[in-house]
Amino acid sequence: MSVTQSQVKHIAGLATIPVSEEETQKLTQAFNETLAVVDQLKQVDVSTTKTTHQVTGLHNVLREDVVREDLSFTQAEALANAKVTHQGYFVVPYVLSNKDN
Amino acid sequence: MKLNTLTLKESLDGLHKGDFSLDEIYRDLDQAYTEHNTKLNVYLSKNEHALEQSRAKSTLPLKGLPIAVKDNFCTRDLPSTASSAVLEGFRPQYESTVTKRLQEQGGIVYGKTNLDAFAHGSSTETSDFGPTLNPRNPEHLPGGSSGGSAAAIAGDLAIASIGSETAGSIRQPSAWCGTVGFKPSYGRASRFGVAAMASSTDSPGPITKTVEDACILLNTFAGHDPLDGTSYSEKSPDFTQFLDQSIKGMKIGLIYQDIEELATNNALLQKELEILRELGATIEVAQAMDPHPAIGVYTVVQRAEVSSNLARYDGIRYGQDRSHFGAEAKRRIMLGTFTLTAGHADKYYETAQKVRTLYLEDYKRLFANYDVLISLTSPSYAKKVGVSADAAMFGELEDMLLEASSVSGLPGINVPFFRDPDTNLYLGASLIAPMWQEGNIIKVADAFEKNSKWNSWRNRN
Repeated sequence: MSVTQSQVKHIAGLATIPVSEEETQKLTQAFNETLAVVDQLKQVDVSTTKTTHQVTGLHNVLREDVVREDLSFTQAEALANAKVTHQGYFVVPYVLSNKDN
Repeated sequence: MKLNTLTLKESLDGLHKGDFSLDEIYRDLDQAYTEHNTKLNVYLSKNEHALEQSRAKSTLPLKGLPIAVKDNFCTRDLPSTASSAVLEGFRPQYESTVTKRLQEQGGIVYGKTNLDAFAHGSSTETSDFGPTLNPRNPEHLPGGSSGGSAAAIAGDLAIASIGSETAGSIRQPSAWCGTVGFKPSYGRASRFGVAAMASSTDSPGPITKTVEDACILLNTFAGHDPLDGTSYSEKSPDFTQFLDQSIKGMKIGLIYQDIEELATNNALLQKELEILRELGATIEVAQAMDPHPAIGVYTVVQRAEVSSNLARYDGIRYGQDRSHFGAEAKRRIMLGTFTLTAGHADKYYETAQKVRTLYLEDYKRLFANYDVLISLTSPSYAKKVGVSADAAMFGELEDMLLEASSVSGLPGINVPFFRDPDTNLYLGASLIAPMWQEGNIIKVADAFEKNSKWNSWRNRN
């Protein structure tokens, strides 16, 4: 299995990673190197094997649905690391647009 | 003797007896920091209030001693960057469970140590703040991703340290730096407040000067944490109870992977293990599953979990935006995105999780006959600075002997078993045990350390 530069650009879009042309070229090469190693998985017969997603054997770990004040941020703490805030809120990029902007 | 060169146990005993004071330990440690940190790049930040904080702790188990902490643990009011430019300037508003418990038990976060950015790597060269150099030989790398924590121990820039491992990140740098690195069973130590990498294998653990130190330190933070849903609910044992125990009759399997590159170092290991035979253990060569597919399992599972975990870095609530990711993080996020995409998920992700099952079954078969399995930790000695640049699979290939045990969640420890007198670089042995059976590897590792000449603190000139 190998990937093309245009596939890599598409994946970069899905992952919201900005990449330059030069990076795309390098990433394509790295992808193909990695996939060549990963392809060794094909040599293993797993036709009758079940998947393991986790190793703890735990099932449905639940807790009471109560607020723990000691673990909750104040508004000031929640905003403390934000680059841009406005009147006590996070400022986020536009996700909707109309024809006027 | 400079007090920064003491083991954790020696420091605790000396403070108890009044042989020296905490102030004297901090004085020697600060001096070593000033002399070496700029060159070695072990610490990314230092806690300027460490000594002052230590004074109120003298009656607690760790007595105010300085502990180095990997910079992917969130520490309130101290920078926590995970060595990534994305988190430069980030000041967490909460404390990781591991560092919280460490401090409650009298440990002081002396400083935050360098790592591969977001713990992606096995060299510490992918850090956005420059590589750490190996104190045993500064032309060489410390390994990674907990390279800074292992170097802090090897260079006596801490009394003990904390790292984290996803697949080799505690044990491999310990092998390269000639230190003890102890990765407990997955779920034994809480992941709460650790910058998430691969959630199904991430495990915090100690990197220390001796096996005994590792047990003392692990005792302070192991155990159930309601804030981590995969944390193990059973009570943790006192890990020091497994020290100084007879290993007579214990059954040890030597995983002798018949790979040409390993032949010389495997032969050295086999020779050193005679010590265990003399102590009454039985050792035989055990045939384990070929480690190569484990590289594929780990690569696929880890990238998939990385792509999901690192989706949180949006630059809105904290940190910088996604253009600040380094090359390695970009590679991993994107590969994970690819393998989880419709049409590829079955082929890669599901297949990898099936092969993972085969490794678990293989370990079940092996542990029916053996109490402990031993192999080389890393195929090689510490490699030279610069070697990992642009190598997309550097870490995976370095950690190939550990990946199967990591994806299986097993506890493992590294102990030094050889030093090359020409380079001053070390080789390490990896000991693994069944899930929750840390006691098995502590017994054997402690016996080996105390009866061989390779631990540089137990065998000071």
